[in-house]
Amino acid sequence: MGLLDKLKGLLFGNEAVSEGKQDAKPGAKPADAKVEQKPIITKPKEEKPVADKITVGHVHMSGCTGCLVSLADNYEGLLTILDKYADLVYCLTLADVRHIPKMDVALVEGSVCINDECSMEEILETRENAAIVVALGGCACYGNTTRFCRGGQQNQPQHEGYLPIGDLIKVDVYIPACAPTPQQIRNVCLMAYLLLKGNDEQKALATAYLTPLMNLAAAGTEACGCDLMTEVINQGLCCGCGSCAAACPVRAVTMQYGKPQIERDLCIKCGACYAQCPRSFFSFDVCGQYESITNLIAEVMKP
Amino acid sequence: MEYLGQYKAVYKAKSGCEDILAKAQDGGIVTSMFAYALETGIIDGAIVAGPGSEPYKPEPMIATTVEELFASRGTKYSVSPNLALIKEATRSYGLDKIGIVGTPCQIQAVRKGQLYPIGLRDVPDKIALALGIFCMENFPYQGLFQMVEDHCATKIDNVTKMDIGKGKFSVYTERGVNSQIPLKVTHKYEQPGCHVCLDYVANMADISTGSVGTPDGWSTVFVRSAAGEAAFNKAVEAGWIVAESMDGVKPGLELVEKLATEKITKNQKYLEHRAHKEHAALKPLRNPYI
Repeated sequence: MGLLDKLKGLLFGNEAVSEGKQDAKPGAKPADAKVEQKPIITKPKEEKPVADKITVGHVHMSGCTGCLVSLADNYEGLLTILDKYADLVYCLTLADVRHIPKMDVALVEGSVCINDECSMEEILETRENAAIVVALGGCACYGNTTRFCRGGQQNQPQHEGYLPIGDLIKVDVYIPACAPTPQQIRNVCLMAYLLLKGNDEQKALATAYLTPLMNLAAAGTEACGCDLMTEVINQGLCCGCGSCAAACPVRAVTMQYGKPQIERDLCIKCGACYAQCPRSFFSFDVCGQYESITNLIAEVMKP
Repeated sequence: MEYLGQYKAVYKAKSGCEDILAKAQDGGIVTSMFAYALETGIIDGAIVAGPGSEPYKPEPMIATTVEELFASRGTKYSVSPNLALIKEATRSYGLDKIGIVGTPCQIQAVRKGQLYPIGLRDVPDKIALALGIFCMENFPYQGLFQMVEDHCATKIDNVTKMDIGKGKFSVYTERGVNSQIPLKVTHKYEQPGCHVCLDYVANMADISTGSVGTPDGWSTVFVRSAAGEAAFNKAVEAGWIVAESMDGVKPGLELVEKLATEKITKNQKYLEHRAHKEHAALKPLRNPYI
C-alpha cells in the first residue's frame, strides 16, 4: 500500500501544479497570431504547466486512423492525460507539427508501405527520435488488414508491400487488436509516464505491467487466430474461458465444447485473441493487485 | 494461508431462500447473491452457466431476471466459457453493471481483461460483481459424458444431480445416489489446461464460494474486495443469505487450505516439469506465468 500512496502523492502533486498555471494560456488571440505561432509549435509546452510530463507522438503509417480514433475515444480522459501526464508533440489532425520531433513515446499506427519513400523515412525517423516505440494496433504489430485483406485499397497501384513496423525497426511495446481499445491505450500511456517519471517503486510497477506487452513485441510480427491452437491448446494450456471469443473484433472465434473454434477466413490477424488469453501471459504481481490498480487509474483519470 | 488469497472475511453461509436451496448444489450462494444483486440494481445482468443443448452441457447465458437466473442453478461439471459473453453483455444487452460467475481461471481472465483490455473495449469498468467458485479441475463435456455413462453406467438424461466431494464423483437420479466412482478414475478426463492452474479458491474474485470446509447444505464463503464486502453484507442484512462464523466449523478452513496446497503444489511441480530441465534434449513447453 505504501507504494500506491506514494504513487498517488506523485500524481496528485502534479494536479496542484497544473491548476496553478493552466489559466495563463489564453493569450493566443487570432490578432497576434502571425509570427507568434512558430515558437508555440516548436516548443508546444504551454509554458510547461506541469513540470515533468512525458512527450507522446502519434505516427500515422498505413492504417485506417481507427487507432487514433480509439485514442481520442478516451474523451475527457484524453484531456486529463494531456493536462497532467503527457504532451502530444506530434499527431495527425491533433497537433500541427510537420516533422517527427524528439519524443519519449511514439505510438505508431499502421504498417509501413515499403514502396513509399516517405513512409520508409518516417519510420526510421520515428525510431531515431523516440525513446520508446509502441506499435499501436494490429497493422503496426502484425500487418493486420493492410497485409491480409487488401481489397484494392492501395493509394497507388505500385503500393503492394506492407510490413509491420517490427520488420523494419526495433519495437519496444505492442498494443494488439483492431482497433486497440481506448482503455488499453490509456493504461499504456499512464504506465509509460510512471516508467519515465516515477520513483523506483513506480518504475517497478510500470515495468511489471509493460513486460508482457514488451514480450509480445519481442515475439515477432506474425499473429493469427491459429495462435490459439498452436500456442495455447497445443501447449496444453487452454482453460476454455472464452476470452478469445470475446476479444475477436470480427467474430471469427466461437466456443465449441469449451474450446475456441477459429474461422480462419474471417480472421484479420490482429492478435487480439491470443493477447487477451489468460494463458498467453499472466502476471500474478499485476493482476493480483487489480483492485488497487483499478482504483488508482480511476482516481488519476479524474479531471 | 497464502494459497487462499487475501480476504476480508470468511463465513459458513447458505441461501435464505427455500426455492433456491431446493435446487442448489450446496448453499446456493451464487444464485442468491446474483438474485439479490439483480433485485437491488447492484448488477443489471449476470453471466452464468445456463442449460445447453445436451444434458449437463453448460452454455454461458446472460440472465437479466431472477427467473432466468434460476434456470442456471446447480453445478455442471464441464467447461462453460462465460468470458465469451463479457463484451456482448455490454453491447447487445447494453449492461453497465455486469455480474459474472466463474472458476478461478475465469476470474483471472476477468482481472487480466480489466487491466489489459486488449480486445475488450469499454468492458473494464462495467464488471460490478465477479463471483468465483472453488475448483480443483474441470472436464470437457465428452469426458464428463464418459464418466457418467460408462463409468457410472447411468444415462446422462436421467441424472438429477452430480457432485464431487469426499473423494468421490457421485451421480444422482430421482431414486437418489445412483452411482459413485473414486475421483481417481476421473483424473484422466480432466481438461489439460487445469494442470497448470495455480488457484483453488478464486483468489481474485469479489466473493468466492464452494462446498469444501462446511457441512452439507452450507457453503464456505470468502469475501475479498470492497465491492464484494458491500454486496455480501447487504444480502445478509436483507435475508437473502444466512451467514455464520467459521469458528469451530468442521472440517473448516483447515481442509480448504489442505486442498488448496495440494492442488497448487502439484501444479507448480507440473509447471516445473514442463520446463524439461531434466531432459536437455527436450525443448521446454510454454509457461504462461511471468
